[in-house]
Amino acid sequence: MKDNNIDHIIELSNELRWQIGDEFHDNLTESIYADAAEIVKDSVKTQDGEKRFRLDAKIDKIVTSKTWGFPIMFLILGTVLWLTIVGANYPSSLLASLLLDTVHPILRSGADSVQMPWWLSGFLIDGVYLAVAWVIAVMLPPMAIFFPMFTLLEDFGYLPRVAFNLDSLFNKSGAHGKQALTMSMGFGCNAAGVVATRIIDSPRERLIAIITNNFSLCNGRWPTQILIATIFIGAVVPKSLSSFASLLAVIGIAVLGMAFMFGVSWALSKTVLRGEVSTFNLELPPYRPPRFWKTIYTSLIDRTAIVLWRAIVFAAPAGAVIWLISNIHVGGDETIAAWLINGMDGFGFLLGLNGVILLAYIVAIPANEIVIPTILMLTVMVTGIGGGAGAGVMFELDSINATGDILKAGGWTLLTAINLMLFSLLHNPCSTTIYTIYKETNSVKWTTVASVMPVILGFVVTFLVAQIWRLIF
Amino acid sequence: METNVKSACETCGLYNKAGLKKLGIHTDNFDFVVALAGNPNTGKSTVFNALTGLKQHTGNWPGKTVTRAEGGFEYNTQKYKLVDLPGTYSLLSTSEDEETARDFILFGKPDVTVIVADANRLERNLNLVLQILEITDKAVLCLNLMDEAERNKVDIDIRTLSRDLGIPVVPTSARFNRGIPELIQTISEIASGKIVCKPHRIKNVPKNIEKAVKTLTENIEKEFPNIPNSRWIAFRLLEGDKQIINALRTGEFI
Repeated sequence: MKDNNIDHIIELSNELRWQIGDEFHDNLTESIYADAAEIVKDSVKTQDGEKRFRLDAKIDKIVTSKTWGFPIMFLILGTVLWLTIVGANYPSSLLASLLLDTVHPILRSGADSVQMPWWLSGFLIDGVYLAVAWVIAVMLPPMAIFFPMFTLLEDFGYLPRVAFNLDSLFNKSGAHGKQALTMSMGFGCNAAGVVATRIIDSPRERLIAIITNNFSLCNGRWPTQILIATIFIGAVVPKSLSSFASLLAVIGIAVLGMAFMFGVSWALSKTVLRGEVSTFNLELPPYRPPRFWKTIYTSLIDRTAIVLWRAIVFAAPAGAVIWLISNIHVGGDETIAAWLINGMDGFGFLLGLNGVILLAYIVAIPANEIVIPTILMLTVMVTGIGGGAGAGVMFELDSINATGDILKAGGWTLLTAINLMLFSLLHNPCSTTIYTIYKETNSVKWTTVASVMPVILGFVVTFLVAQIWRLIF
Repeated sequence: METNVKSACETCGLYNKAGLKKLGIHTDNFDFVVALAGNPNTGKSTVFNALTGLKQHTGNWPGKTVTRAEGGFEYNTQKYKLVDLPGTYSLLSTSEDEETARDFILFGKPDVTVIVADANRLERNLNLVLQILEITDKAVLCLNLMDEAERNKVDIDIRTLSRDLGIPVVPTSARFNRGIPELIQTISEIASGKIVCKPHRIKNVPKNIEKAVKTLTENIEKEFPNIPNSRWIAFRLLEGDKQIINALRTGEFI
C-alpha cells in the first residue's frame, strides 16, 4: 500500500515536470536570488561600495597579470626554497652531531656494558636507531622551515592566484584548472594532494589529477633534491655561486615535474581519458594577513610533526631491514644486499645510476624520506669505507662534505647525481600514496597506472640522459 | 569530580565559559549533533576549531575541507558532536563535496545546522542559506568575518536579517574568538527547543511552478506527515533527482 503511494508521488512528479517545462532549475535559482536580493536590501548597508577590496584588486592585478604572474610565482617558490636550503644547513649538522656522534656511541657502550649480544645491539642500535636518527637529522630542519612558509602563503590566500595563473596551461592540457590547487597540496604530500582532488567535479579530470599528482615533488623528496644539488651541482660552479646554482637545479627539477604533469595530463586526455574540459568558478578569496605565530605553531604541530612521525615510523623497520640484508649471508660470503646490488648494477649503469640506488628505492617504497640514508648506508657497505662501523651501519656524517666524500668513493659522478635527482622526481609514489589512490579511485587498474607509469617514465628519461651524456663527455 | 567556585560572570547565560568544555576529537555519547555548513572560504574550519579546540589546519582557499571533519564540545553538561562539512555554493548540483554536505543535512538529521556566511558577501552566501532553510528548520546563521566587514564598512542590521530569515543570526569573528560564546549559547537553545525557528521559505517562485510544488507537497505530506522539508523534496522530485527518488522509496530521510 505504502509503495503504491510513493509510486504515485513519483509518477505525479514526472507528470508535473513535463507540465512546467525544463526551465525549472533556472527558475528556481532565479527565485532564490530574487529572495536573497530582497533580504539584503533591507538589512545590509554598504558605504563607499566602490572602494571595497580596492587593495585586493590592486594586488591581484599584479600577481595574476600576464607579464608578472609567472615571474612572481617563481620568485616566491625560489625564495621559499632558498631559505629552506640555506636555513636547514646549520641545524641539520647540529642534530647530526648530537644524535649520531654523541648519542649513538653512548648507546653502543651502554649495550656493551649490559653485554647485549652483538646481533641484538646491531639490529636495534645500528639498524633501527641510526635510521631514525638519520631521518630526523636530514628531514626535520628543512620541513620545519618549508612547511610554515608554505602555510603562511596558503593562509595569505596566494594559492588560488596560482590556480588562476596556471589555468590556461591546464586547459590546454585537457585538465581541470583546480588541479593547480591539488598540485600545490602535492608539494607538501602526494597523499594529501590525491585526497584534495575531490574538489574536482568531473571524474575524468579528477582521475588525471590523481595520476599526475606524483609529479609534484613531495616533502619526502625535497631534502633529497636539496642535498644532492648542494653536493654535486653546487660543486661545479665557483664557491660564491654554489648555493645559487643548487637552488636553480632544485627549481629546475620542480618545474620539470610540472612540465611532466602537463605533458602526461595532455597525453591522457588525448588518449584513454578523452573528454571536454569542464568550466568552473574559482573564487579569489580576499587576502588575509596570516596570524603569524598561530600559523607557525599549527603548521609545526600539524604538518611537520605528523610527517616527521610518519617518516620515523617507516624508517625504523627500514633500518632493521637494511641491517638484516647486509648481515645475512646467502650461499658463500655474499650478503643479501651485496647479491641484490650486484644483480642490479648492470641495469643501473644503463640508467646512469647504480645498483645501490635501485635497491635503496626498493627499500624506500614505504617512504621517500629514507632514500638518501639508505643509499649512504649501502654505499658504505659496498665500498667498505668508514672504518670499524660494521656492515649495515648507517654512516655517521656530521657534514655535507662527508656525505659527498662517501658518494664519490661509491663511484658517483655528476651524471649519477643528475639522474638520481631525475629518478627521485620520476618514480613510483610511496606506499601511503598508492593506498590513498586506491581508496579514492576504487580501481586496481588506475592505481596500477598511477604507480607504474612514473617509474617507466623515470627509466626512459634517465636512460636517455645517460646515453646522451656518455656520447658527449 | 571537580567543584569550582564560579564567579558571577562565568555563570551568566550570555558568557557561560565555565559550562564550556572543548572535547577535541572525543565525540562519544553525544546528546546533540551539530552540522557546520556554508560557502567555501567563509571560515567554517576556523569556527570548527574555535568550538572544538581542535587545530585542524585552515587555509585561505576554497575547497580546503574535502572530507567531513568531526569534533566535539560540552556545554552545560550536554555533549555536542560537531561535523564540519565541505564548503558549497549550492545544494542543487552534484559534485562529490556538495553531495556530502547535502546528504548530511538531509539524512544525518543534525539537531542544529550552523550556516557560516561571509558578512562581506552576504547576498551571494544567501543562495545556500535559503536552500538549507528549505531542508531544516533548526538552523542558526553564523555571520562570520565581521572584522573584515567592519573594515570594509559593510553595515548589517542583525535584527532585521534575523527576522527576515526566521532564524537566529550571530555575528562572529572566529579568528579572534569573537561571538563564539554567543554562538554556543544559541546552538544549545536551538538544540533544547528553547528557540523555535520559523525559517524563510523561498518566495518569488513563478506561479505555474508554485502550483506544481504545492500539489506535490500536499501529496508528500499525506504520505509522510510531520516532515519539515516536504517542499524541498518536491523541488528535488521536479528536478528528477534520482537519489531523492530512491531515498523516498527507502524512507531514508524520515
